[in-house]
Amino acid sequence: MKAALIVAGWIAAPVLYMALFPDSLVLASQILLMGLFALSLDLLVGYAGVASLGHAVFFGIGAYGAGLLAANGWGEPLSALVLTMLVAAIFALPVGLLVVRGGSLGRLMITLGIATLVSEAANRASGITGGADGLQGMDVWPLLGLFSYDLQGRTGFVYAWIVLTLGFLAVRSIVASPFGLSLQAIRENPVRAAALGTPVRARLTFAFVLSAALAGAAGAVMAQTTQVVALNSLGVHLSADVLVMLLIGGVGRLYGGLIGAAIFMVVHHWLSDLDPVYWQIWIGLILIGAALAAPDGILGAIEKLRSRKQVAW
Amino acid sequence: MSGESIWAMPKMSDLLSMRQVRAGYGLSNILEDIDLDIVPGDTIAILGRNGAGKTTLLATIMGQTTVTSGKIFWRGGDFRIVPAARRAHMGIGWVPQERWIFPSLSVRENLTVAARPGQWTLKRVEDLFPRLAERRRNAGNQLSGGEQQMLAIGRALMLNPSLLLLDEPMEGLAPVIINEIRLAIDKLVRESGLSIVIVEHKAKLALSIARRALVIDRGRVIHASDSRSLLDDTPLLTRLLGPS
Repeated sequence: MKAALIVAGWIAAPVLYMALFPDSLVLASQILLMGLFALSLDLLVGYAGVASLGHAVFFGIGAYGAGLLAANGWGEPLSALVLTMLVAAIFALPVGLLVVRGGSLGRLMITLGIATLVSEAANRASGITGGADGLQGMDVWPLLGLFSYDLQGRTGFVYAWIVLTLGFLAVRSIVASPFGLSLQAIRENPVRAAALGTPVRARLTFAFVLSAALAGAAGAVMAQTTQVVALNSLGVHLSADVLVMLLIGGVGRLYGGLIGAAIFMVVHHWLSDLDPVYWQIWIGLILIGAALAAPDGILGAIEKLRSRKQVAW
Repeated sequence: MSGESIWAMPKMSDLLSMRQVRAGYGLSNILEDIDLDIVPGDTIAILGRNGAGKTTLLATIMGQTTVTSGKIFWRGGDFRIVPAARRAHMGIGWVPQERWIFPSLSVRENLTVAARPGQWTLKRVEDLFPRLAERRRNAGNQLSGGEQQMLAIGRALMLNPSLLLLDEPMEGLAPVIINEIRLAIDKLVRESGLSIVIVEHKAKLALSIARRALVIDRGRVIHASDSRSLLDDTPLLTRLLGPS
């Protein structure tokens, strides 16, 4: 019964949203895809305990991969999505092997270094990536050969919703599997996990690859629905933003990334409209306030309130 | 037990053999020239005063120390370079003194995270420790010390090991819980066919569980005998371990 209600909710929510807010579908698609991106980071940071300041590299690989395919004659979105996820995963394998060798601070430095390197390489290769002007000339074919990308963003919204749903179900299955449990065990104590027979580096590398593939999916669909890819899609700034989204929502809680992405994007959008000059100052102040008021994110704060209520009863 | 040459090869029937092993942490050796043979179904109590090297001996079997010389064999094969995770797969279950429960995982998740196929299943572990069945949905950090110890032993059993290493399993527990855990270990000794090495500060308790006894002092084996004879020889026990 509960499962049926959840399924009904997942189906009804986008239909309801499209009926109520037909003019906000483009923003909503971006929120959904940033939610998927944050979810991919949650698998890595929240469940495997591997901090990263370079996760946007994989989002960017997905975005540029899908963008380059569409700009060079292959605009079929689903095959391009699968292909770019594979490319992101393949690129993540050597990076993951490198990253998991480090300690927590070392991992931050390695991921930051790789993000800087890849971003600069994309900038230099302007003949391929479009450099600072961004990748242009994409021709994305209709979804399933039937649904063209309209200006209102309906097709993009439904596409983003479906990809997010599939990504969410995949991550939920992963974290509940013995593999996911072993990641949580490693996060809590890698020495302990190794003594119980868990091959720590291999598991973390695999988690890194899975997380990168999901980030690549988010990037690919973003490119296909907006038909624009800019250098900032693989920059350090976006890596920091997605980490902030995750922290706002709550790390290691599945829904945290989705909630954090929604709040971050809406506040971002609203403040930049309200105060086009100083909006970043307001964002900074809100982030400091949020970190002090809810250090474990919104879901962490809700959990604390619940446990306090239970104690009071 | 001791006095064998470093070149003496272990018997193929031995589960684990240590020959003249020196081991410790970093550059400092804690164990000196340890010889030890464990056969299937063996139960050995490792006794000694504080700092004698008992825990280091278990940590060395688990690959957590630096072995500077000597040889360690597992079922006749060289074991020194095998990493800790592989040792667990090869059949060693370790219950460390600190218990090492994963606090955010539930009791059931703590058990299944280490599970490997074999005779020890979730049901069998819960039959051995019914308290774990009652608390299966609770998080690791919501358990009492005794329940955590049961969970640590249960989790090691879920690895389906051939050799179980128990480091101070009764430490800091209430008498009623000690009794419960002791009964469970007795059952393991009698019915499971497991080889068990138990490090325990409470010497008489350990000797009443184990068949053989090994006393360590300053990293060296200073006494080896069957448990019963040591338990019955109070003056020798007092001389080796001090008044209890």
